[in-house]
Amino acid sequence: MRASWHTLTSLAWRESRTARRRLLLYMSSISLGVAALVAIDSFASNVTHSVREQSRSLLGGDLAFYSRQKWGPQQDTMFTELEARGLSFARQVQFTSMAIVVNRPGTRLAQVRAITPGFPVYGKITTGPAEAWAHFHDGRNALVDESLLATLSAQVGDTLSLGLGKFVISGTLKDVPGNPGIAAAIGPRVFIPQRYVPETQLVVFGSRADYEVLARVPGNTTPELIVARYKTRLTEAKVRTRTVTQNETQLTNAIVQLGDFLGIVGLVALLLGGVGVASGVHAFVMRKIDTVAVLRCIGATSGQVLAIYVMQALAMGILGAAMGVALGVAIQFSLPSVMKDFLPVNVTIALEPKAILIGLAIGTWVALLFALRPLLALRTVSPLQALRRDADPEVLRLKWRDWPRLSVNIVMVASVVALAIERAGELKRGAWLAGGIGAVLLLLWLSATMLSAIAKRGLRRGWPYVVRQGVANLYRPANQTKAVVLALGFGAFLISTLYLVQANLLRRFDVARQSSRANLVLYDVQGDQGAGVDSIVRSMGEQTLETTPIVTMRISMINKWTMAQMVDSTNPDSVLRATWALRREYRSTYRADTLPASEKLIAGKWFGRTPLKPGEPDAEVSLEKDVARELAAQLGDVITWDVQGVKVRTRLTSLREVNFARFEPNFFAVFSPGSVDKAPKTFVVLANVRDPKTMVRIQRAVVERFPNVSSLDLSLIQKTVTDIVEKVSLAVRFLALFSLAIGIPVLFSAVAATGRARVREGVLLKVLGATQAQIRKIMLAEYALLGVLGSLTGMVLSFGGAWAVMKFVFKTEFAPATGASLAIAGAMLVVTLVIGLLGGRDVFKETPMAALREA
Amino acid sequence: MLVARSLTKEYPSGSSKLAVLRDVSFSIPTGGFVAIVGPSGSGKTTLLGLLAGLDTPSRGTVLLDDTDLGKLTEDQRAVLRGEKVGFIFQSFQLIPTLTALENVQVPLELRGDSGAVARATELLSRVGLADRLHHFPTQLSGGEQQRVAIARAFSNQPRILFADEPTGNLDAGTGAKIVALLEELNRESGSTVVIVTHEMALAQRAHRMIRLSDGVVVEDTGAQPGGDDAVVAAASLGG
Repeated sequence: MRASWHTLTSLAWRESRTARRRLLLYMSSISLGVAALVAIDSFASNVTHSVREQSRSLLGGDLAFYSRQKWGPQQDTMFTELEARGLSFARQVQFTSMAIVVNRPGTRLAQVRAITPGFPVYGKITTGPAEAWAHFHDGRNALVDESLLATLSAQVGDTLSLGLGKFVISGTLKDVPGNPGIAAAIGPRVFIPQRYVPETQLVVFGSRADYEVLARVPGNTTPELIVARYKTRLTEAKVRTRTVTQNETQLTNAIVQLGDFLGIVGLVALLLGGVGVASGVHAFVMRKIDTVAVLRCIGATSGQVLAIYVMQALAMGILGAAMGVALGVAIQFSLPSVMKDFLPVNVTIALEPKAILIGLAIGTWVALLFALRPLLALRTVSPLQALRRDADPEVLRLKWRDWPRLSVNIVMVASVVALAIERAGELKRGAWLAGGIGAVLLLLWLSATMLSAIAKRGLRRGWPYVVRQGVANLYRPANQTKAVVLALGFGAFLISTLYLVQANLLRRFDVARQSSRANLVLYDVQGDQGAGVDSIVRSMGEQTLETTPIVTMRISMINKWTMAQMVDSTNPDSVLRATWALRREYRSTYRADTLPASEKLIAGKWFGRTPLKPGEPDAEVSLEKDVARELAAQLGDVITWDVQGVKVRTRLTSLREVNFARFEPNFFAVFSPGSVDKAPKTFVVLANVRDPKTMVRIQRAVVERFPNVSSLDLSLIQKTVTDIVEKVSLAVRFLALFSLAIGIPVLFSAVAATGRARVREGVLLKVLGATQAQIRKIMLAEYALLGVLGSLTGMVLSFGGAWAVMKFVFKTEFAPATGASLAIAGAMLVVTLVIGLLGGRDVFKETPMAALREA
Repeated sequence: MLVARSLTKEYPSGSSKLAVLRDVSFSIPTGGFVAIVGPSGSGKTTLLGLLAGLDTPSRGTVLLDDTDLGKLTEDQRAVLRGEKVGFIFQSFQLIPTLTALENVQVPLELRGDSGAVARATELLSRVGLADRLHHFPTQLSGGEQQRVAIARAFSNQPRILFADEPTGNLDAGTGAKIVALLEELNRESGSTVVIVTHEMALAQRAHRMIRLSDGVVVEDTGAQPGGDDAVVAAASLGG
């Protein structure tokens, strides 16, 4: 009869007595990775649930219809028919206007939402005072965001001017379903009853307004069925629709994508933790050789020995993963306060059992798998060790054909691939991710192997003793070169990649912040108002920089294809072209001069330089490269535009790259002079106003004289963007610190893996007369070389990693930030030196006598 | 009965082989008390390792109660050790994380013995450590640790007990007590005891002394006339 599992478990528990804390420390390498996964998964799930729960009130109805044009008879007939089918409606018109409060200074661009009774169909708008909402439609009332009152020093009861309309501010908006997000930067919200819109005279020709109808769909049908049935008529009437389900998907898409990216970061962090577990458990195994030899002497089989230590590792792995889960849940609960500005809804935070269990399972599995590899070596410990007590690390060497180790290796690779696929959400991306991780590890391993080889060949007799000793440590038996370079390089890779991704994402905003020429934009300026606006700006001692004409239009034909043919899904040509690009309203301009700083010509020639072929129109157009791709438009194509009823044929003669992040008028389509100049148009006027007080005075004077003209103080937007950029930076810095926090225990484990041999060697050197300073220098030389190699390799690899993330996840270009990456590499080097010297402090604690006894 | 036949152990040394033991043969009857002596590097510990099945010979065989150890796998030898062999080491080799009682329990538990605690307690009382059951090795003196090791060695009622320099880390007085204890247990249990030592005083208390030098048996005080051992011993002496 052999020992039962119960007996072995009890023996494992007793034997682990003094090693539990150490083993837990090694296993805690995975805790932060697990925490990241649990926090990300739980939070993303919370957001998705919250969106699902609130989706009707977020959309305001079961189904929404949108148009850029005022509803006409065609659309009204359709709504009447739908009403007969049992649908009920509420309407909203959204536009921007300068808000002025009578007898108060200043003005502010506001987002006006003119609504009919019954709006919203679902959800609730709460106001302060509460009865303001109940009496809202009784008269010329306005409900405004608190921030408008603060900006204009106004209060409830004051009179608000929107265009030529006057409204009493009857209350403030306390809670409106949905989060305005970054749109709040454009301007505070103002609700007015829709029937008073004509009085404002703001919704006139050329002004931009969005028309929306919200519908409650009866139980006998679904929004999707209605959309399907009316598809053709909706398309003809240029009405877009959105169902609750579509709204949910759109709202959760961003958070799901962010969750995917962070999930990948979490996975990489977890694997980094796995490397730490492997190093730490290797150190643990080295300490257990004597005990295992004795166990073997007194009758333990290799299976029993392995079972004892696997049980210990498993228990500590579960504990390490559980600590990670607890930390992850803590982070999950603190995320809403950090992220509230980016979230589409008010998120209800709740424990997510699925995310917790998955985190616990993945964490335990990774810990066990990475621990198993070094633990397998315990099978080979000979009972003879009990007699001889060799400190020979070769004791633990396994043959490469050792099938249990081969099996563990295979399971490890399969697990990493499976986890990568699970995280990436699809097979191909997962395979790339796993391949990328594998390539990084392989390259780090190769560079560590090269370092050992170079150290061996390059060592020179003439070098000082301490340097020679330190360099020699890189290739001696039981060296820690691979363990440290892997752990350090992987850590540096993760942190530097995160930083580079952040820097690249935010770089565009920085460009925008620094290079905008103007800080005041006046738009919807009618043709006859341009001179007046200009004179107001001049009278305040400032200059207008630029006046840009805007002409609204739609695409009518591309070459021989009509719109109907291009959007017809049975036409093979239609699959090439994106419907949104074909159907959208284009707000275009015309100009003779060359390109502004925000644009770059990437194909073709600027106006007047492309020879005219027979049958081609004179008029030229230049398209932005992405919209040209979406339209499948090629240079030389003839595009016919419907410019407010007039057909204008143009030939596509150039493509431009446009930086839309710059706060300047940017256009998808720019026309050659003479092509659309005579069409009805409005203007955008740019000015650079030096003094904030003058800025307010100009805005006020313009809106008082031309109520239809809106103005935007870009410095306010820039401030908002700066705030958001800073928050994003903070979040990424937190992630980087988080990765660093993972890297440190991993490095500790890597150093601990060979710590025992180092201490013995150091003490023996002391016996032979080495001073503490000399021993310290030897360690410094070794860790400096390891640190430089590991962090630099990690840094170089991070350029590849960040490039891949930018290209495949964010689909944008990558620019390396060498300085910052070098700083990260430098910091990692310092961390390595500190950890190396800390790990070696036992050398100074041990007396030479201890070494003699031990030997 | 333990029989060693033509045991040779070689280790690779560069391109050649270094023989640590050469053609060693003898047999030890059940209940014997044998000392293997010799100077450092004479092959004592290697021989002990081979006899106990901790290592395998390059040539030759070891028979323990007619079982050829060379024909067993590593794990089968471990099971056999668990059932029939006890060990005492110079540096005690107690498991530092276990108490005295738990250390003695381990061999019993490994083979699934249900009365491990009672048997371990009894053995520790027998070696005079009834009041030290729950002490960890670091809380015990050298002599006490070796007594725990002896209790552990006898816990599975071994057919044969191997002791590698059992008094090497102890002062003379404590060493003498340990040897006396071993003799007593040997008499009581009827187990064979094989001691490796370079202390002549200890070796002379054994019933039989096998002396090794440079890997060969140069003296065997208990060799049976006309038996395998006598032939080998004579050959080793050059006779």
